[in-house]
Amino acid sequence: MDVFGHLALGFGVALTPINLLYALVGVLVGTLIGVLPGIGPVATIAMLLPTTYGLQPVSALIMLAGIYYGAQYGGSTTSILINMPGETSSAVTCLDGHQMALKGEAGAALAVAALGSFFAGCVATVAIAAFSPPLSSVALKFGPAEYCSLMVLGLIGAVVLAHGTLLKAIAMVVLGLLLGIVGTDVNSGMARFAFDIPELIDGIGVVAVAMGLFGFAEIVSNLESTEKRAIVAAKVKGLWLTGKQLRQAAPAVLRGTALGSVLGLLPGGGAMLASFAAYTVEKKVAKDPSRFGKGAIEGVAGPESANNAGAQTSFIPLLTLGIPENAVMALMVGAMTIHNIQPGPQVMTSNPSLFWGLVASMWVGNLMLVVLNLPMIGIWIKLLQVPYRLLYPAILLFCGIGVYSTNNASFDVVMTAIFGFLGVIFVKLECEPAPLLLGFVLGPLMEENLRRAMLLSRGDPTVFLTRPISLAMLIVAAGLLLLIILPNFRKTRAAAFQEET
Amino acid sequence: MAKIPRPKDFYAGLLFVAFGVVAIIIARDYPLGTAARMGPGYFPRLLGILLIVLGAALSLTALRGHGTPLPGWKWRPVSIVLLSVVAFGLVLTHAGLVLSTIGLIVVASTASREFRFRESLLSGVLLAALSVGVFVVGLKLQLPIWPGGG
Repeated sequence: MDVFGHLALGFGVALTPINLLYALVGVLVGTLIGVLPGIGPVATIAMLLPTTYGLQPVSALIMLAGIYYGAQYGGSTTSILINMPGETSSAVTCLDGHQMALKGEAGAALAVAALGSFFAGCVATVAIAAFSPPLSSVALKFGPAEYCSLMVLGLIGAVVLAHGTLLKAIAMVVLGLLLGIVGTDVNSGMARFAFDIPELIDGIGVVAVAMGLFGFAEIVSNLESTEKRAIVAAKVKGLWLTGKQLRQAAPAVLRGTALGSVLGLLPGGGAMLASFAAYTVEKKVAKDPSRFGKGAIEGVAGPESANNAGAQTSFIPLLTLGIPENAVMALMVGAMTIHNIQPGPQVMTSNPSLFWGLVASMWVGNLMLVVLNLPMIGIWIKLLQVPYRLLYPAILLFCGIGVYSTNNASFDVVMTAIFGFLGVIFVKLECEPAPLLLGFVLGPLMEENLRRAMLLSRGDPTVFLTRPISLAMLIVAAGLLLLIILPNFRKTRAAAFQEET
Repeated sequence: MAKIPRPKDFYAGLLFVAFGVVAIIIARDYPLGTAARMGPGYFPRLLGILLIVLGAALSLTALRGHGTPLPGWKWRPVSIVLLSVVAFGLVLTHAGLVLSTIGLIVVASTASREFRFRESLLSGVLLAALSVGVFVVGLKLQLPIWPGGG
């Protein structure tokens, strides 16, 4: 079957009423949490994961994916209207988006963000459909040694592109790997790090880790911060673009989409990196860079297209190689595992309706977002006016219900609180939690492949260096590490993340 | 003791070393196996050693350069937020969703400096109704609504 045959199969699945409904729920929830500062897609997906147990796997994944790319649409609304990022990936949109709003061009900024995102979403959907089959057929030839090296490359890539101290990020990955192997060892049947607690024999739940580190820790830091949220919503009138604005924005949308699609593929990439990089590029190529920061429409169009494209193409490594590259994808691994689907190259052949249904649903979801969002902006502004003191207890409640219903047991709630506590410490010490979550989901897989590779090589560790694909991946990983140690690259990296603070 | 130039990195390093040491101590009785046939203790010990090395390196590098000081630690929001959710998880089976929800909302709200009792009570009642509607009726989660499993 060619790309279009596959997509036809996918649309057949995505357009059934039940899956349309879940796509709608996903994108609406995603937009909602995208609009609201202080709660991100990781915590939300963790919260809703347990409620998807009863669903068909494809419906569950369609809904959870919708939350991620829906959040990219919602985040821009908050950035533009109140100069505060609803999502980290929309942080750069504040710079020019809010300036446009102050000049009375809020409508144009919102429109270009939505239309740019939609265009990027369409391109990214086609990219997934086109690149996944060849990638997964390569991945099917991988042996345990290649898989092991691939995971090393993925994890190293994720920490190189993450910001903060490199050593810290690598240590977080290792800690994650260690936490990931808590529970019964599949080879010997021995319970490890379980302290004779029956619940721990099955391992630590990904929901507890993600919600504790991302949800609870975030709430606590928000409560500690003394700055008040000033909500000065700018007036929105006329959600359309003038011809001049369209001509300025269109090339930026194209560049943003291309850049975002590529960056989404990289380990550690995804929506956030894409938007920062796109802003930097727009500033570089502009004839008059001084317009930036004063309401340049390219400064909204580029990043907003890029973050949506990146959010979607970051599904490619997950669906074809089984390697999650950011925290949201790590949770998608959790979601697939719950439904007894092992993420990896075999998903496409063994479960084609799930794979293509998910891909097609992304296009459908993007269409829903662009149609629904612009008219609903009034509602989102109302929601933004709900004070945080009312909001965070409600978030805690949904977290509590979500964790509890994972196994209908109080133990998971206690576990989440422990990770919440650890998360607060990590915030204080400036340790990014995302690498830990990646290590956590990859822990068992890495151990398994390391064992198999070493068994096949009869204990000879050079197997990782004598197999060409494995060697190539390790060389790239080492190259990435070297790059970051070199002072020049370090400076650029620091500059790229500077806009954030 | 002289002031540590980058305290955040320094203490993070110590934390990683501690995790590594604890992991190795707990895993000391797990069979190690050989490189070709790894036992359940091989990978954990490998990770433990790696964590100690990385943590120690991080702490050592933190002795040079300059960084931001450690932020303060406020027990009030941490303990209220975390304990209110733990309490919610513990009483949910016995007290039912409605009462547990109202309890959680009111207790958790006290973590904010802008706490208002009546407002949080009202919010608790509304959210209790909402969560019964969404989670029990809509998503059919197996949660008791009233005390005694009703």
